[in-house]
Amino acid sequence: MLNKTFNKIYDTDIGYSFFNSKIAMISSAVLFIIFLCSIFAGVVSPYNPFDPASVSLMDAFTPPSWSEGGSPSFILGTDQQGRDMFSTIIYGSRISLIVGFASILFAMILGVFLGVTAGYIGGRYEIIVMRVTDVQLTIPSILMALLVNGIAKSVISQSMHSEMAIYVLIFAIGISEWPQFARVSRASTLVEKNKEYVSASRIIGLSNVLIMFKHILPNILRPLLVIATIGLALAIITESTLSFLGVGVPPTTPSLGTLIRFGNSFLFSGEWWITFFPAIFLIVLALSINLLGDWMRDALNPKLKIR
Amino acid sequence: MDERRLKSKIKNKMSLLKVKNLNISYPTRKETIVASKDVEFTLERGEILGIVGESGSGKSTIANAIINLIDPPGEITSGSIKIDNDELRDNEELIQEIRGKKIGFVFQDPQTSLNPLFKIKDQLIETIQTHLNLDYQDALKKSIQLLEEVGIDNAEKRIEDYPHQFSGGMRQRVVIALAISCEPDLIIADEPTTALDVSIQHQILELLKDLTKKRNLGVMIITHDMGVIAETTDKVIVMRHGLIVEQGDTKELLTNPKSNEARSLVISVPPTNKKIDRFKLISPDGKEITSDSKNLTKDIIKTWGARENTNQKLLELSGVTKIFDDKSLVSNFSFGSKNETAAKVVKAVDNVSFELFEGETLGLVGESGSGKSTIAKIITGLVRPTNGEIFYNNLSLYNSKRKYQIDKSRGQVQMIFQDPYSSLNPRFKVRDIISEPIRLFQKNISSSELTKNLYDLIDIVGMSRQSLDRYPHEFSGGQRQRISIARALATRPRLLICDEPTSALDVSIQAQVLNLLKDIQDELHLAMLFISHDLPVIRQMCNRIVVLKNGIVCETKESEELFNNPEHPYTQELIRLMPKIESII
Repeated sequence: MLNKTFNKIYDTDIGYSFFNSKIAMISSAVLFIIFLCSIFAGVVSPYNPFDPASVSLMDAFTPPSWSEGGSPSFILGTDQQGRDMFSTIIYGSRISLIVGFASILFAMILGVFLGVTAGYIGGRYEIIVMRVTDVQLTIPSILMALLVNGIAKSVISQSMHSEMAIYVLIFAIGISEWPQFARVSRASTLVEKNKEYVSASRIIGLSNVLIMFKHILPNILRPLLVIATIGLALAIITESTLSFLGVGVPPTTPSLGTLIRFGNSFLFSGEWWITFFPAIFLIVLALSINLLGDWMRDALNPKLKIR
Repeated sequence: MDERRLKSKIKNKMSLLKVKNLNISYPTRKETIVASKDVEFTLERGEILGIVGESGSGKSTIANAIINLIDPPGEITSGSIKIDNDELRDNEELIQEIRGKKIGFVFQDPQTSLNPLFKIKDQLIETIQTHLNLDYQDALKKSIQLLEEVGIDNAEKRIEDYPHQFSGGMRQRVVIALAISCEPDLIIADEPTTALDVSIQHQILELLKDLTKKRNLGVMIITHDMGVIAETTDKVIVMRHGLIVEQGDTKELLTNPKSNEARSLVISVPPTNKKIDRFKLISPDGKEITSDSKNLTKDIIKTWGARENTNQKLLELSGVTKIFDDKSLVSNFSFGSKNETAAKVVKAVDNVSFELFEGETLGLVGESGSGKSTIAKIITGLVRPTNGEIFYNNLSLYNSKRKYQIDKSRGQVQMIFQDPYSSLNPRFKVRDIISEPIRLFQKNISSSELTKNLYDLIDIVGMSRQSLDRYPHEFSGGQRQRISIARALATRPRLLICDEPTSALDVSIQAQVLNLLKDIQDELHLAMLFISHDLPVIRQMCNRIVVLKNGIVCETKESEELFNNPEHPYTQELIRLMPKIESII
């Protein structure tokens, strides 16, 4: 049974390309492990770093287990509060991934909606939407996110800050990423719109909304999937950058960027592991997503198809 | 040296091109596709050889093999290709020398075979200087001569132009000039006129014939168009699945094909000399194909209710005009003065009026740019007319604000498109494609009734019921066109607009689809508006014909009357120039 499904997947062009690309297989395996770990963080990590009861200041600054003074109970050492690095990284990556996925989803929904409608409806509406996109693209996404974050901080009351921080972050990153989706989906819509199946639907008398989202949207998903994957890596890095600058998630629920920021201050006093391991983890995560996105772009491009 | 002299002496005695035992295959992941199997033929100087076959029969592969341009992973597995007794196979050096010099190439699409960034002059001179030992001035002189030879007026001035400044036919002439620029002995033309209009096609073919005689060339024309073969070639090769099924004298083969495969191909070509009721179809293995959609329509008539042919006026166009301009774009950005924008106005359809009656087929014929597709789009509401009225059943289809009123026709106007590859949504199963219009018009339909409707429709177009659960990409072009027809019939239309429904199909499939359309029309008493550039097809399908030129109606006549004594000079010209092929039945 399992063998049969495997053969079926292998038989498709994408499946074949996947199982013949080492990069795609390795990066997706790495991602799979990271996703599993962050979903089941409570099971995988030896400690719960957010539970004050399990943290002891006595354990602070323990180096990694293999170096001198290390303890086998803390594989990657501990930070200044005595939290196990391995556990904090796993819990941190969970937050990074949630923010990344949610913000890309938000950006995608907004961008695709605007892009498809702009491409299909055209006229003045299209010109306005696309000019807004152009303007937005001239603003660096970090700057945009900082701006949104700053505004949100002054609007939301002090007591709500830490509660709302993650939503603000998702909104801030999402709003800075949507132009990519709008551009790609508009361009693809323009291509699909002139195909005869769209004309046929119009002659039948289907409503424009149905044509746009039932007929055209499924046909432009491929390029969107590719930029969503690459955008995910970008969103995670943006989140980390913001957290590193101290405007991201609150220190009580640290993400990978926050962890790097914590460790940064101890870097020159010899406690390198506090910043090193989260940073490596972030690099591996972003790299794997990017490599998978690159493979996907080639595999889904019919022009580059190698038999 | 001696050897070379000897060669040139015997040159005239032997064949220019000799292909022997040629095998070409494309190994892919799942199977090895044999594109050519034991192909053998010869070509003499002063002779035009036609290679004809349906898509995928391997005719282009042979042409590419001669100049070693087979796309990887394709490869020649065995055989030999000799030009004047020089073996070309696996001899890259010789091919490099010969390509462009001894062998000229003419491709299908004149839009893409010239580099748009270089002047005609530069492209010609570059080719000439690569192969002939001439200095710039001599090369330029020769280029001008060549352009004059292929019939480009004012060659001295036009040579300074860029490709986009030439029309399609002129560009193909330039490509031919390029092909003959280095005094080749052999010209390979791969579908040289497929992208061109009838009148230009005629000129290009005449030019090729002329050059063959004047320069004593060997010419190889690859085409799917039997008319072109009949008009130009001396010898013809019929291919199928990489095999030569028959070769011989063109006239002999076209009037009396011996093999079943060739016969099945020739018999399905629409004859130009008379109107036949249905195409007689023979499968490549010699069996007669009989279509019996008459029995199949019985079910559909039960659900639709019997229809009677009342010969009433169904559609009327009066004074329809469509002007395309760039005003909307320009006014938003307002570049340039207003005078400039006025010059960009194009009248795609100019004061067109005609009527269409129930149960008849009206043909719209014209060359590219004649506005025939625009008329179809106006009737179906895809394009708004600038002026004029369209009545369906005496109800105006456009209201006073020129907005299309789809409820006036209640989906009774449906359309079949040209390209079977883009007219079906690739993400939808056939079931969903056909049931979507049914659901739209019968909101409360029960699922058992829907299934029955689907079965009726899929039966009538001659497809199996299993095909409902497949995706469009699993079907061939002809099958997709059948699905398209089923979808168009789903709303129970009274008027079916066919916009070049068979232009993208092979002749044998074309014959089947045309038969199907005739059957459906007879049974369901549909009115049809049949749009095509292909005069023989129009003659076979239509009762009356409207001839269009640049958006203007030239004449409207009964179809046999039109073909037998055309009145308008343009119609006369079109009929004179169309490649003739006679019925063999």
